Amino acid sequence: MSHHVVEVKDLAFAYPDGTEALRGVSFRITHGECVAVIGGNGAGKSTLLQHLNGYLMPERGDVRVGDFSLTRETAPMVRRSVGMVFQDPDDQLFMPTVFDDVAFGPLNIGLSAGEVEERAMAALERVGMAHLRGRPPYKLSAGEKRAVAIATVLSGLPDVLVMDEPSSNLDPRGRRRLIELLRTFEHTRIIATHDLELVVEICPRVILLDHGQVMADGATVEILGDEALMLRHGLEKPHSLRHRHPH
Amino acid sequence: MMSGGAANFLEVGRMDELARLDSPVHRLDARAQAITTIVFILVVMSFPRYAVSALMPLFVYPVALIAAGNLPVGVLLRKLAVAAPFALFVGIFNPLLDHHVVTRVGSFPVTGGWLSFFSIMVRFLLTVSAALILVSCTGINRLCAGMERMGMPRVFAIQILFLYRYFFVVGDEGLRMKRSVEIRCAGSRKLGFRVYGHLIGQLLLRAMDRAQRIYRAMVARGFDGEIRLMEPTRAGWREAVFVGGWTALFLATRIWNVADGLGGWLTRSGL
Repeated sequence: MSHHVVEVKDLAFAYPDGTEALRGVSFRITHGECVAVIGGNGAGKSTLLQHLNGYLMPERGDVRVGDFSLTRETAPMVRRSVGMVFQDPDDQLFMPTVFDDVAFGPLNIGLSAGEVEERAMAALERVGMAHLRGRPPYKLSAGEKRAVAIATVLSGLPDVLVMDEPSSNLDPRGRRRLIELLRTFEHTRIIATHDLELVVEICPRVILLDHGQVMADGATVEILGDEALMLRHGLEKPHSLRHRHPH
Repeated sequence: MMSGGAANFLEVGRMDELARLDSPVHRLDARAQAITTIVFILVVMSFPRYAVSALMPLFVYPVALIAAGNLPVGVLLRKLAVAAPFALFVGIFNPLLDHHVVTRVGSFPVTGGWLSFFSIMVRFLLTVSAALILVSCTGINRLCAGMERMGMPRVFAIQILFLYRYFFVVGDEGLRMKRSVEIRCAGSRKLGFRVYGHLIGQLLLRAMDRAQRIYRAMVARGFDGEIRLMEPTRAGWREAVFVGGWTALFLATRIWNVADGLGGWLTRSGL
């Protein structure tokens, strides 16, 4: 199924204050891949992510998701195939109950009440949070919020999952659950994170950004294992790769 | 990250929680409740300025809905208390300006100023509690969708929806800033105007940022300006009885002074 390809070509973007956040970023992610986008603060990760679901429009270059090249007209279609999980679940959960929040996406597509219910419950069960359906989201723990935020996106049946710092604010057990959950997904996954151990565990491929440009794009073990490269871009070689010797 | 504390302070969740209760009132269509509330407020506002006793029978509406809707009185009273200072300021100068004696209670002369002041407070209690009850029995989403169905322009419905959501967003940010100020000013309460100016500016910027992110999350999930609900709105004979019955009662209290009438009838029949 080649139509779940995410392709970014020579993407450039500057904020109104003149900050050049992206300066010619290109990559191609194919169906079912799990790719980490890493880089220090201000490297351009968030700006890149905001282009992937059409919140920001390319100033130069092209973003292609499936059959659509991103424009104002195609943005609604792109958003339907890209599920975006925000960094702060409090931004993502705005409805009075967990169920309402998960049902929000399917309702907006105009599905019938029965289908909405079905999809919302399937998504909640997928993340193991079906028992929280009637609870108000702001009363949940950070781990539960994160899982519900993921469910709100899953209920829209996206082809591509884009996540911004999915493991932030999670305790070790919550983080472990998240990793196990992400491992089970068959979607194309794009994860922006500073949690390099998580990258080692679930992402075979890494795109390293710095100063709005792709510095490296390739196998996780090679890029994260390259201590000099990592240090140059404000990162560290993850501990789990310190004692591994590639042959 | 946690918004729990602030949410508790403003009790944003409480109103949403109340709206999810199940009661005969909650099961009514939001439109019926909205219309009845609007009629109620119009009737309350239409009373002459010195009316106090004539307004009393109207308390039956909030009391009946609180009882039928199983609403916690404490929560509603706290919200009324938050809004009370505004009403107090509107009416507080009346007793100073209007010294004309209108009636006597025993040997005490009651001036028009005091009477109109009490009238304002009673009206405030009636209208604000009716509005609070409306939101706690329908929930803001259902209410806005209902209003839109009744012909309110969508732009207004969405404005109200966001105003309600963002009100709490701003409160939330404000509370966090208050906390960080308290931590750093080490007990002294003397903060200059300049600091407050900066704080308010900051608050606005932060709240706008956050509102932006929430809006982005909504758009990301296909929000296109239309409020969609799970349960379809439907109005039947229950709604008709609700609107018709209450409207008739409100108009009756407006035309006849029920309290005076009842008092007169009781004294005349020698009870």
